[in-house]
Amino acid sequence: MEKIFQKLSLSSASLVLVILIGIFITLFSAAKPAIEEFGLHFLVDPTWNKEVPVESAAGTINTAVNIADENAIEDEDDMILDEDEESQTKTLYGGLVPIVGTILSTLIALSFALPIAMGIAVFLAEIASKNISKFVGMAIELLAAIPSIIFGMWGLYYFAPIISDTFGGYQVSLLTAGLVLGIMILPFMAAITRDSMNTTPDVLKESAYALGATKFEVVKDIIFPYSKVGIIGSIILALGRALGETMAVAFLIGAVYSLPEKITDPTISIPVAMAVNFGEASGLGESALFYLGLILFVMSFIIISVAKFYFLKKAKL
Amino acid sequence: MRLLLNKIFLALSVTSALIGIGFLGWILAVLFIKGLSSLHLSLFLNDLVDGGLRNLLVGQLVLASLAGAIGIPLGMLAGIYIREYGRGKYPELIRDLSDIMMSAPSIVIGAFVYAIAVAPYGGANGFAGILALTIMMVPIIINTTDSMLSLVPKELREAGIALGASKYRVILDIVIKAAKVGIMTGILLAFARIAGETAPLLFTSETSNYFSLDLTQSFPSLTVSIYNLANEPEESSRDLAWAASFILTMMVLVINLLGRFITRNKHK
Repeated sequence: MEKIFQKLSLSSASLVLVILIGIFITLFSAAKPAIEEFGLHFLVDPTWNKEVPVESAAGTINTAVNIADENAIEDEDDMILDEDEESQTKTLYGGLVPIVGTILSTLIALSFALPIAMGIAVFLAEIASKNISKFVGMAIELLAAIPSIIFGMWGLYYFAPIISDTFGGYQVSLLTAGLVLGIMILPFMAAITRDSMNTTPDVLKESAYALGATKFEVVKDIIFPYSKVGIIGSIILALGRALGETMAVAFLIGAVYSLPEKITDPTISIPVAMAVNFGEASGLGESALFYLGLILFVMSFIIISVAKFYFLKKAKL
Repeated sequence: MRLLLNKIFLALSVTSALIGIGFLGWILAVLFIKGLSSLHLSLFLNDLVDGGLRNLLVGQLVLASLAGAIGIPLGMLAGIYIREYGRGKYPELIRDLSDIMMSAPSIVIGAFVYAIAVAPYGGANGFAGILALTIMMVPIIINTTDSMLSLVPKELREAGIALGASKYRVILDIVIKAAKVGIMTGILLAFARIAGETAPLLFTSETSNYFSLDLTQSFPSLTVSIYNLANEPEESSRDLAWAASFILTMMVLVINLLGRFITRNKHK
């Protein structure tokens, strides 16, 4: 019995490893046709789902569609060609727009949420009385519990009109998506920042107060330097969350494959591209979406690892 | 000057807290106003095809409950391994990976499940939805179990072993019992979290307008239907989406508050 239980718990734990490796392998193999077709050029190509004529590579005979496709694989740079040379068309996919959209919306979210989250954390950790801190803390945590699709709907019908009236431009845009994303990561960021700040030993704070320091000086010169590493870790962790957020952004970013010229232009992000296009995609298009998914997964894997293992581990020491 | 700076700083900090509460209040107010005005008893009696939500509510609950039925024991066992059995670097690795998985983009998990359980099968199905939600849930349960077990004092385990109990008996009868409340809270919060998930269901279970308990077909999902309804041009569809959002959010918030309430009672 003891042995069975032990084995059972070991295999449950190992399942985590199996699933993670499974995700990597599955995404990679599903993305493989697109990776072979577009290579790393995918990362800088702003076209999506665009039909272009295929050159009969190196002037060889080109009877079957398959041969043309294989030739194109060998030389990606030749894929955009003169129209008069066309024999048949192929569809191009590039990931630049969703990648840029993801990064920009995350940056907007971060620059909006960061100061407010810091303010809330300081309020919870240092300013508010115990009861108020408890109440506000709970409110903030409830904000975190609201499903992301609700943020999306609220954002689309109530928040976006106000933003577009204030800043001009479209209602669905990089800006509104980024701001709502910021509101979503706000509670998460505030909560872990508060926890980091709370690790500052009271003795340090009391000594500073005894020397006549104001609250601002205590936060700036004692608490912040002491918990800096943990705070940076929590910011990066929030960044990792924001990268992968789908539903709230899906309502708000506009889901068009064009690079935004202004902050109020609509664009698309990786999760939204997957959410919107996965249903009708097939073949190379589907594979390109898996490629995007793989990029997103690797990006968030790296970011979360850095936050966890570098900053947050260090903060615990 | 120093005092002025301090005043400005305090004011900014209080303002931030008010902004945070303001957003919560705003969203809740919208949900209450829009949700309550669209809420009718008939929503609970009809399926989506007849303008109701019954099939969606049942469907979402079935998906989340079955995911919980698989994910909770798995996550707890894994958490027990990490905290009670593991030696060396391996449990440390699993803990870290599980933490990473907890923050992994949910849409990617959806895509993964699509590749292994939807594409080969030939269509969206309830099982795939459950699998996606289970993968979302397990790391959360592992995390809670792990941290709750770490709070159980060593002496309790030693006492059990001194009485001649085998290790798994000690774990099940003493350690888990001692950590029961915390783990329960964690399970409630994890359930609330996956019950509101949309992205992993989008192309795994999809959704259905009809009442169905057949997990081999596309399965009704409240959240996916909210997404679809909210994007439709008709006012009536959007009202339905608001009503559904209201019910979903209330469910999630009540479970959350319940979880908090249980923990607080314990600390008294």
